[in-house]
Amino acid sequence: MIVDRIVTWARMKSPWIVHFNSGACNACDIEVLAALTPRYDVERFGILLKGSPRHADVLVCSGPVTLQQKERLKTIYEQMSEPKFVLAVGTCASSAGVFNGCYGVCGGVDTVLPVSAYIPGCPARPEAIIDGVVKLLKSLKK
Amino acid sequence: MGKFVIPVGPQHPALEEPESFSLMLEGERVAAANVTLGYNHRGIEKACESRTYIQDIYLLERICGICSHAHSTCYVQTVEDVAGLEVPKRALYIRSLIGELERVHSHLLWLGIAGHEIGFESLFMYSWKDREVVMDILELLTGNRVNYGMNTVGGVRRDITPEQAQDVLKALVILEEKTKYYIQLANEEVTLIDRLQGVGRLSKEDVLKYGATGPVMRAAGVSRDIRKDDPYAAYGELDFEVITDTHADVLGRTVVRVKELMESYKMIRQILKQMPDGPITVRAPKKIPAGEAVSRYEAPRGEDIHYLRSDGTDKPDRVKVRAPTLANLAAISNMLEGGYLADVPIVIAAIDPCFSCTDRAIKVVNASGGESMFDWEGLRRYSIDWYRKQGIDMKGTKLSRGED
Repeated sequence: MIVDRIVTWARMKSPWIVHFNSGACNACDIEVLAALTPRYDVERFGILLKGSPRHADVLVCSGPVTLQQKERLKTIYEQMSEPKFVLAVGTCASSAGVFNGCYGVCGGVDTVLPVSAYIPGCPARPEAIIDGVVKLLKSLKK
Repeated sequence: MGKFVIPVGPQHPALEEPESFSLMLEGERVAAANVTLGYNHRGIEKACESRTYIQDIYLLERICGICSHAHSTCYVQTVEDVAGLEVPKRALYIRSLIGELERVHSHLLWLGIAGHEIGFESLFMYSWKDREVVMDILELLTGNRVNYGMNTVGGVRRDITPEQAQDVLKALVILEEKTKYYIQLANEEVTLIDRLQGVGRLSKEDVLKYGATGPVMRAAGVSRDIRKDDPYAAYGELDFEVITDTHADVLGRTVVRVKELMESYKMIRQILKQMPDGPITVRAPKKIPAGEAVSRYEAPRGEDIHYLRSDGTDKPDRVKVRAPTLANLAAISNMLEGGYLADVPIVIAAIDPCFSCTDRAIKVVNASGGESMFDWEGLRRYSIDWYRKQGIDMKGTKLSRGED
């Protein structure tokens, strides 16, 4: 369908993201923010950081999911409109990393939500985050 | 006038991290403010007890991704203290160097966030662009942009070559020039001064009463800095000033932070000039003898305290962390109350909060919605009463002093 192709094209050109700290140490959050600033400037690709999950297409999660944040993470995800994607930024978000086994941590983001792409690194570099978003968008094409 | 409560957080666009504030409003003014913490509680202190001393360095480094070097240095200092290790001088200088570079990156980051909170987006973009200069230097020296992994028990893991030192000096020239502009901005820019002056006031008396620390304390005219008062690493041999200000508001905190940047550059130059040759590490035992130690560190946000108790094995018996934000949070309600709702984001941002550092304790919330919080004595009393009801009576157990 031509309409579908246009919609997909539009989505790929302007993925809006919402950032959620599910219990991170701040490093990945800062790197997500750094990707928005002049050195990396993802806004030139149409990637925009939004405050509300209702406006966003991609949920960028950083950090292991703490027990306190588990239910909140689910709520945020449910508020997003379809189609929605989850990006796990950093080793902790991918697999709980160094915090694996801590009593307040229930694991990586994929223990709570379906994750579309994992970006490893402690913290994930801004270049890696951009690369992850681009790869996620490429997979939309198919 | 009717009062109503606005909940802010745990997920909120103005906040980088999960924390929640409940603000009771009277018109536009904040009548009462409550902070709820614990969303970031991961259980790091307990996890430390099941890992070795070396593993704990990397775990504690990840308490906070901004002042990671502060936490790891503070921790290795306690271990070295208990083990009685004499750390080589060169290692101490390298620790101070990374510590100061970290302060530069943290303060520039804060300046950008503060600009963002007051709607000064250009300042956000400018200072974060300049921050990339120091991030490059940190990456050059340590191999990672954040979470440097430089410390080990008994020294540091990487040496600094003369070429790297030259690169640091080159970067300092750029940073110094930019910082002069920021100092001018904080002192002369009318819009910025009008926006920040008188906002989030915390007087000298209140600073001492609530035990605020770091730039919040120094902005109120209290000249206290661990680097000066209780020198660690190489700070005892460096010449620098403790920056204070008399504004005691958000403007004062801004001025203190930008001026501290200049002091940091001064210190980095001295470190590179005075750094002695020699080994960068001494051999540390795997098993640390029994003992306990406390170490203090002037993190970018204030005084960081680590406590360690060892029992002669290769794992610590207890690790306790008091992060600077926890000390500053006690005063935040005082800063917010009486102010406007519109000033809430910048007042919160002005203490440079780091909640991943702070979330060290949890509050018990019942499923029914009720909340209960125990202090140590209350919890003890509860446990004794509960067992008494089960038919286990420990006669002679004192409930508390002066009872039974």
